[in-house]
Amino acid sequence: MKNYDKKFIIDLYENGGRLTERKNKDSYREIIIQEPVSVNAEGSARVKIGKTEVIVGVKLNTAEPYQDTPDEGVMMVTAEFSPIADPEFEPGPPKEEAIELARVVDRTIRESHAIDTKKLCIKKGEKVWRVFIDIYIINNDGNLIDASVLGAMAALKKAKIPKLDKDGNVLFKEHTKKNVPLNATPTACTIFKLDNVLLIDAEKREEELIDARITLGCFGEYVHSMQKGGKGAFTPEEFNKCVKLAIKKNKELQKILSKF
Amino acid sequence: MNKLIVASREVAVPGDLIAEGMNFVAGKNTYRKDEKIYSNRLGLVDVRGSVIKVIPLSGRYMPQKEDLIIGEVKEVGFNSWQVDIGAPFTANLYMSEGTTTYIRKDEDLSRYFNVGDKLIGRIISCTSTGSLQITCKGPGLKKIKGGLIIKINPNKVPRAIGKKGSMITMIKELTNTEIIVGQNGWVWINGDAMDILKAKKAIELIDKKGHVKGLTDAIKNMLEKDSRIKPVK
Repeated sequence: MKNYDKKFIIDLYENGGRLTERKNKDSYREIIIQEPVSVNAEGSARVKIGKTEVIVGVKLNTAEPYQDTPDEGVMMVTAEFSPIADPEFEPGPPKEEAIELARVVDRTIRESHAIDTKKLCIKKGEKVWRVFIDIYIINNDGNLIDASVLGAMAALKKAKIPKLDKDGNVLFKEHTKKNVPLNATPTACTIFKLDNVLLIDAEKREEELIDARITLGCFGEYVHSMQKGGKGAFTPEEFNKCVKLAIKKNKELQKILSKF
Repeated sequence: MNKLIVASREVAVPGDLIAEGMNFVAGKNTYRKDEKIYSNRLGLVDVRGSVIKVIPLSGRYMPQKEDLIIGEVKEVGFNSWQVDIGAPFTANLYMSEGTTTYIRKDEDLSRYFNVGDKLIGRIISCTSTGSLQITCKGPGLKKIKGGLIIKINPNKVPRAIGKKGSMITMIKELTNTEIIVGQNGWVWINGDAMDILKAKKAIELIDKKGHVKGLTDAIKNMLEKDSRIKPVK
């Protein structure tokens, strides 16, 4: 089966088409960002890329800072692959893919210094804000990383810091007017390699066939983070092509994010 | 006292009273209790003369004898292949039904069909206990090479084929492709890559809007609008 599909997808790409309808062969499927979706979260967003659907929630709580960074807030990303999203996802502790997704999203946000952690400090060495970013996959039709990063940034952009009472406890139902301090709005673009073809925004049927993939987290002109997956390898020429393509595509994603 | 309670082309749920009286005949997906006919499935009621049947809106493919199907080989055994056809149980393709060529003793069967290969077959027997035999010998039955396979709702297959194949013939002519629709809802499209894409779009529309009237015209319009190839007359 795989060989039939592979041959067809490459054939199609060389003729300028993809399996689902898009503007051109190198563009994303239709992207929809909705917010808010969760009443109890400080900020939340639902991102749809084609049939892929992801819900991201941002929750804030106070915590003790790490000892090496006493005046900086903490960020944590978790991802959950619920069985409703895909017949291959199973309940239970997170699998390799879920951990990878969470870590890639974490790295994209952390390495571009998107969250101004110094401003999340309440009292140096004692109390800081801890930002939880929870990713829930609602439907898997490929390209989960791009959708999750987009969702995480959209949710962070809208997240409000909750109020504190006199003793410094968090009042979860009340929010201040302050947003979570952001320095940048990075996005990630994954490029999938299928034989000699580089695909953008692969859907599930394409993703099952790929030799390798590389995710580049960018903001503006700069690449901040990277993650490679799959068994295959990229040649240096292909890699240079990937970087150029990713920066271009990330600018488009950031444009969508800035409108929202 | 013959009365039709649910009109033709209306929705019925399981247990819905469709008609009363002995002049009606309970067809597929319906059952008779005393003088009344009830629905067995969620679907659209179809009344043809005195025969009442319910066309289900969704559900898995239930294999029937003589059905043309498209399947994928899941396992190579020592004298047979196991084939997934989207039914509740896997189908068995026996060695002698797989190929017309002579198979020598101790020969590797994956030479003929390997795991992942797709084929067009026909059901030769199926029982309620789960035994399902298919054949790949006969006119039009073969191993599939190239093209694209898409899966649609098996209940929409009659709509995808149309009356005497009218719908499928139209799509074939307008997109210049070769299409085979298996009764199990798997559709094989072959041709140029971009033509396949166009046919795929049309078949997916049937899958989505199969219950709507005037679908043939809608698809004809859609295909003619973005068609490079003019239909051959």
